[in-house]
Amino acid sequence: MAALLQQIVSGLSTGGVYASLALALVLIYQATGVVNFAQGEMAMFTTYLAWTMINAGWPYWAAFAATLAIAFAAGVLIERVIIRPVENAPVLTIVMVSIGLLTIFNSIAGWIYTYTVKPFPSPFPSTPINLGPTTISLQDLGVGGVSLFVLVVMYVFFRHTTLGLAMRAVVENPVGSRLVGIRVGWMLALGWGLASLVGAVAGMLVAPLVFLEPNMMSGILIYAFASATLGGFNSAGGAVLGGFLMGVIENLVGTYVTFIGTELKLTVALAVILLTLLIKPTGLFGRVAVSRV
Amino acid sequence: MAALLEASNLEAYYGWSKVLHGLRFAVEKDKVTVVLGANGAGKTTLLRAISGMIRTGGEIRFAGERIDGQAPEDIVRRGIAHVPEGRGTFINLTVEENLRLGAYVRKDKTGIREDLDRVFHFFPVLKEKSRNPAGVLSGGEQQMLALARGLMLRPRLLLLDEPSLGLAPVLVMELFRIVRAINESEGVTVLLVEQDAVAALELAHQAYLLETGSIVTSGPAAELRENDSIRRSYLGY
Repeated sequence: MAALLQQIVSGLSTGGVYASLALALVLIYQATGVVNFAQGEMAMFTTYLAWTMINAGWPYWAAFAATLAIAFAAGVLIERVIIRPVENAPVLTIVMVSIGLLTIFNSIAGWIYTYTVKPFPSPFPSTPINLGPTTISLQDLGVGGVSLFVLVVMYVFFRHTTLGLAMRAVVENPVGSRLVGIRVGWMLALGWGLASLVGAVAGMLVAPLVFLEPNMMSGILIYAFASATLGGFNSAGGAVLGGFLMGVIENLVGTYVTFIGTELKLTVALAVILLTLLIKPTGLFGRVAVSRV
Repeated sequence: MAALLEASNLEAYYGWSKVLHGLRFAVEKDKVTVVLGANGAGKTTLLRAISGMIRTGGEIRFAGERIDGQAPEDIVRRGIAHVPEGRGTFINLTVEENLRLGAYVRKDKTGIREDLDRVFHFFPVLKEKSRNPAGVLSGGEQQMLALARGLMLRPRLLLLDEPSLGLAPVLVMELFRIVRAINESEGVTVLLVEQDAVAALELAHQAYLLETGSIVTSGPAAELRENDSIRRSYLGY
């Protein structure tokens, strides 16, 4: 029982990372109807920037904050410069552009930083602390806590600010949004900026666990896809919950289904995607898309 | 009498096809102006041309300044609220959120709060349902929400696109009564496009008759009500 609880708690911690990246995917999907395949590589690249700053002697949290600012600005810039020209193109075109971005970020990271695996510092010590019947490391608690904090900030932003409201309006009805004076293009760019920021958080939190290298996010991205699919691609809250669920599922399956071990870990994510699509294609909290004609 | 909005030689296009053929009309300040016309006459297009949603030719002046060729989001900022056909509310957002979006371009927080109370006073049903998603409102309530959202801009000019569409006659009367009250007590100039000629001519001061993209008749609403040919084709008695 204690072992089970242990697995669940530590699953929630990695789940926070999946939840953050899943939220990033959903933010862009809702605004543009397109899945941004480059989300993981954008997070990886920003994590390298954080690594550069920390290596140059910056304190961890200063580098963290600066990286978030750069990630946000880069997200906005990518939308304005690269995505905007294809904004009205067929979905397939935009998907191809995002796959192109994926390759570009991956290669540039490899070119600048080489493919050698690098350690990335964690701001949290791995000291275990006792929580009733289970113990949890400060590392797990920190990762879970930071991602939860970011997700709560995002929630407050979307629910309780005028800008957040405007972004939700654009998702639902771009034409109606323009009629009340919302600058739709900038809202889309803002969406990319926020997605990139949330992705950067995920990258920096997960880097100490998986180590820093250009392909470090590929597995995480698939888990984020599974999270968003499980929770529902058109429900931000659902995707976040799906992220935490995926963290727990991953841990439980890894522990109790012995033949899976670490080699078949990605299969778990793909199985979740497949099962969700077969049983409830909209995900746990997704809505069936209704369009008025 | 001063015209708040003036159009001359106004043309509008969907792609390459021209739907408005050189219209000239004026909306007088503090008055209700109606454009009557059958389906496909170009009524909706006319409003879309004013709010910058489609490509136009000719000239549109609002309060003396040219606004043709500007983007919808800039035209809203001049104080023109467009209440689109088919209501155009945000059905997944709550009633109150819809209303707040109506005031999106305004910065005066206290004024917005006052106006929220004001529209709740005009439309008590919206206050009751302020926390519900707009999608659960009835057709009449959604039309009221659309109108209320337009008012949240504190507009100088309100563009109404067939508010009577799909509503029971008693609701149309109610809605038009509110539009008149808004026009009289708040000094909001109204440009209304309608098929329901009886109700619209009752409400309006000035009227235009639009047929396949051209204005065929215009004059004071009272005169048009007496005009035989209009009576036969639009009023049906």
